[in-house]
Amino acid sequence: MSEILVLVDHVDGDVKKVTLELLTLANRLGDAAAVWVGPGYEGAKDKLAEFGAKKVYLAADGELTSYVVAPKATLLAKLVQDKAPAAVLVAATAEGKEVAGRLAIKTGSGALTDVVDVAEGFVGEHSIFGGGIIAHAKVRTGTPIIAVRPNSVAPEAAPATPAEEQVSVELSGADKAAKVVEKVVEEKGERPDLTEAAIVVSGGRGVGSGENFTIIEALADTLGGAVGASRAATDAGWYPHQFQVGQTGKTVSPQLYIAVGISGAIQHRAGMQTSKTIIAINKDPEAPIFELVDYGVVGDLFQVAPQLTEEINKRK
Amino acid sequence: MNIVVCVKQVPDTESPRKLKSDDSTLDRGAADGVINELDEYAIEEALRIKEAQGGEVTVLTMGPDKATDSIRKALAMGADKAVHLLDDALAGSDAFQTSYAMQQVLGRTGFDLVILGSESTDARTGMLAAMLAERLGVPQLSLANKVEIDGSAIRIQRQTDYGHDKVEATLPAVVSVVEKINEPRYPSFKGIMAAKKKPVETLDVAGAGIDAGRVGLANAATEVVDFAEAPARAQGQIVTDEGDGGVKIAEFLASKKFV
Repeated sequence: MSEILVLVDHVDGDVKKVTLELLTLANRLGDAAAVWVGPGYEGAKDKLAEFGAKKVYLAADGELTSYVVAPKATLLAKLVQDKAPAAVLVAATAEGKEVAGRLAIKTGSGALTDVVDVAEGFVGEHSIFGGGIIAHAKVRTGTPIIAVRPNSVAPEAAPATPAEEQVSVELSGADKAAKVVEKVVEEKGERPDLTEAAIVVSGGRGVGSGENFTIIEALADTLGGAVGASRAATDAGWYPHQFQVGQTGKTVSPQLYIAVGISGAIQHRAGMQTSKTIIAINKDPEAPIFELVDYGVVGDLFQVAPQLTEEINKRK
Repeated sequence: MNIVVCVKQVPDTESPRKLKSDDSTLDRGAADGVINELDEYAIEEALRIKEAQGGEVTVLTMGPDKATDSIRKALAMGADKAVHLLDDALAGSDAFQTSYAMQQVLGRTGFDLVILGSESTDARTGMLAAMLAERLGVPQLSLANKVEIDGSAIRIQRQTDYGHDKVEATLPAVVSVVEKINEPRYPSFKGIMAAKKKPVETLDVAGAGIDAGRVGLANAATEVVDFAEAPARAQGQIVTDEGDGGVKIAEFLASKKFV
């Protein structure tokens, strides 16, 4: 079997769940080889092994993560050249897609972004135009570079004993042109990452104010989920912009999505339509969100949502 | 300061969007064309930088005849001039090829700053800024929610999942913007009138120095194999709250083993 490179998505050694999904997918298509960039590998190696990394290319040099994106692409390009993998998988996060873009140019390869599945022959499945169309696409030239949407594949434990190989690359002036001088972590509490979360609870225009978002947060917390917001809510300044779900924000695909006070304009649907189970609470029975739901309640969110939170707490 | 804003005309997300059955490319006739939303933020940021620092804002678009509407809107907002890369040979180009074509045009126009939206609402590849920076060999200052320029030094806040990174570089550079960065202005009546007199240069592939063998559907690095309408979601159960709506949802969640 040929190697499939998987770029590990991690923050200082904390491995993102999407990486485990990519390892699982890679082992369906070939042999998963994880590519680790930056510090923190020791604390993460067991997890990568547990989820089937048969090989780990280890580039621990901290300099590789001190600049915007380019060094990762340069390292991957070197591995593509030296190891001739069958494909490269990255997470379809904003940064993952940028890595894919630069790597495509460096290696003269086609790149598919935001796929929800990859079949034999590296045919990627896309859910496009707000989920209205399913398209399949493939790469014609070079090494397929594929960015996969988080939560598209269920990660499966497949214990392996990875062979570790130290790798390094010399960075050019262009690689070091955009320097990260400070990482600023904004308050997010103990909640899971929005794009990775199995459960997402989002609030929209109906929530009415920033203070009222505590209702959304309470429901999310009792379910162990992440908090999202519609564009109406982030535009109004009720919730920070990085939590926006939709066409101009994040695309999420959780097991359970609860839309509270969100009408479900295409702007929003484009960011959540591939969620597995969808629930909505909205006072307007005509709201388009109800076209998508598995279960919907027409009612006042200020009554229904707190009652739901309380009822879940009771059942724990 | 020579600022070039890359603008893409996309189908309005509010109208039905389709692919064409013969070649699986976007059916541009099926929906109204509008400026890609995030590109409006890019135009606004370019205008603010020009207003603070002086210079000139050029709009660059690649697209069919109809894209003229988007150019006019950008000029009405306040951009000074435009370059329209227009050639049937470009139809069906993917991001890999589009970045090459734009690199060729940017080589002619020159630039201190290239600004674009971080993603388009139609293809949503989110790769173009990174690809352009790679091809041009200049700093990639992408996902910016704040831009500061001081002489040739440029500093941005790059939006991340955990907050943001502060990033520094030296011009020339490629910047992509996210929605949080500003609030785009509406064109004024005066702006709309003035736009009619602003210069728009139309370039074809040969005129831009683009190798026709490297662009267009037939030469794309990726190909759409097939497509179909997504199966409709099964109609779910919708109930009207009679004082027990929350309890009913909890029961549903329990039946699905979420609680």
